[in-house]
Amino acid sequence: MNSKVMELNKVEVWDGNTANAQALRQAGVDVVAAYPITPSTGTVEGYAAFHANGYVDGEIVMVESEHAAMSGCIGAAAAGARTATATASQGLALMIEVLYQCSGMRLPVVLCLVNRALASPLNVNGDHSDLYLTRDAGWISIDSCNPQEAYDMTLCAFRIGEHKDVRLPVISNQDGFMTSHTAQNMQPLSDKVASEFVGECVAVNSLLDFSTPVTHGVQTEEDWHFEHKAKQHDALMRSPKVIQEVFDEFEKISGRKYNMVESYEMEDAEVVIVVLGTTYETAKLAIKRMRAEGIKAGVIMPRVVRPFPLDDIAQKLQNAKAIACMDRSAPGGTVGMLYNEISGALFNTPARPLLSNIIYGLGGRDTTVDVICDIYKELDAEAKAGKLNGSIQRFVGVRGPELKYFKVQG
Amino acid sequence: MSTDKLNRKIPDLASKPNSKSINDMGWDELILGAAVFSFENKINDTVVNIQPEDRSYAETNSMNKYVGDWRVLKPVWNVDLCIDCQNCWLFCPDTSVISRDKKMLGFDYDHCKGCGICADVCPTNPKSINMFTEHTKNEDALENWPEKKKKGE
Repeated sequence: MNSKVMELNKVEVWDGNTANAQALRQAGVDVVAAYPITPSTGTVEGYAAFHANGYVDGEIVMVESEHAAMSGCIGAAAAGARTATATASQGLALMIEVLYQCSGMRLPVVLCLVNRALASPLNVNGDHSDLYLTRDAGWISIDSCNPQEAYDMTLCAFRIGEHKDVRLPVISNQDGFMTSHTAQNMQPLSDKVASEFVGECVAVNSLLDFSTPVTHGVQTEEDWHFEHKAKQHDALMRSPKVIQEVFDEFEKISGRKYNMVESYEMEDAEVVIVVLGTTYETAKLAIKRMRAEGIKAGVIMPRVVRPFPLDDIAQKLQNAKAIACMDRSAPGGTVGMLYNEISGALFNTPARPLLSNIIYGLGGRDTTVDVICDIYKELDAEAKAGKLNGSIQRFVGVRGPELKYFKVQG
Repeated sequence: MSTDKLNRKIPDLASKPNSKSINDMGWDELILGAAVFSFENKINDTVVNIQPEDRSYAETNSMNKYVGDWRVLKPVWNVDLCIDCQNCWLFCPDTSVISRDKKMLGFDYDHCKGCGICADVCPTNPKSINMFTEHTKNEDALENWPEKKKKGE
């Protein structure tokens, strides 16, 4: 815990970046190495302000690029420090090489990723292109829908990643601008409660333990690389147990319940969308309207994107008749990630719902309740007809002629 | 250990016994994140007073990795000309010059990459270290040792 305590109100008005900055401050991070970028700038700026005002005992390293930021984090984490950074979009893209290094070296760095589109064309607004870019990097990736959740998930990220059975880096995602710049009522924890929840940082194979000299970041070829990647994958695949334990413990101190897979009105839902981020909250409003019109709509959000909760999602979707997997990232020549994961999750189960893929909201294109309602209505029509309306993939909310791909017969 | 022409012992630095070899380990037994420990056991600051051949290097320490095949040219040491100045020992970037009590013992050919710095910094005339092609036998190299150079040569 930092030596200087910040007195917080029971209810604060914070945007997602402030929520991140406060969570990092309360977690007692030893080293933040960062190169601020829109829309994540506020996370680092806020944290730097706390540091300048004496509320942070740790160090801030202003580096010359995002590649250097993550590299700095790796060095500090290997030395045994609790370490975090924040970035978005192009910054994440520049950082990506080092993300793989970090997870392979099993260093529990926390990355606050404020999701933003990837150029070109250059765009500062929110979509999930950068989140998708981290898919295979071996990090635990957790998503949030609002500043409160971003705060909660960033705090949980330290507990999860630093757990002895996990020892993996964790990304705490939030939607650029929709979450990062939208100030909302928040219920933060006190410094003491948050600090006790996160706990002391445990150094493993620290570079600064001079009695046991150790080299991190070594080379292995065909002799040992495969075994190390197997060990890393196994830790990632086993991490849901720890993640749920941490979520359960967090519920005890905060009253806020989190799950590997979040769902709303799924008990009897027939038409379902699977989404990430703020669209989950928009869908909740759309569902209320749909249910009033007699359409049994539901929504699912994988709170944890990696490791993907395949079993849990498949089980929740067993009774759905039509499902639209909504990807907020251009899939570059195939179906979107969520469509891939969901179809893979369902294939070895009895359920055979109509499964479609919607590409939406790229570059921050607004996704309103009306947009989601139209999608539910179309799903309802498909469910009643017992077949997809012509194709697996379609674009929603784009100007110009209709875009549909992967035609289905009958 | 092997011995040189003057019957001085040259420590065998490249092999150390281990309780369990990394070659007998599955993925679940490996050290997290491919971290590599330098020694088998904990050490303290007196390790600097222990000669390398007496240190308990871990199996995965690069001391136990043979990289001599990176070399194209190899250094050969002429004991009859050497003045034990330690220049080569000081400058070698791979700690592949073996010296004890400020007496030159020879080369660690398992780790020498053949960069030639040792020969370059050797101050004697003719040089006590010269570079020869890797396949040249050391005995043949010593028989064909270059003559003393005259001033300005």
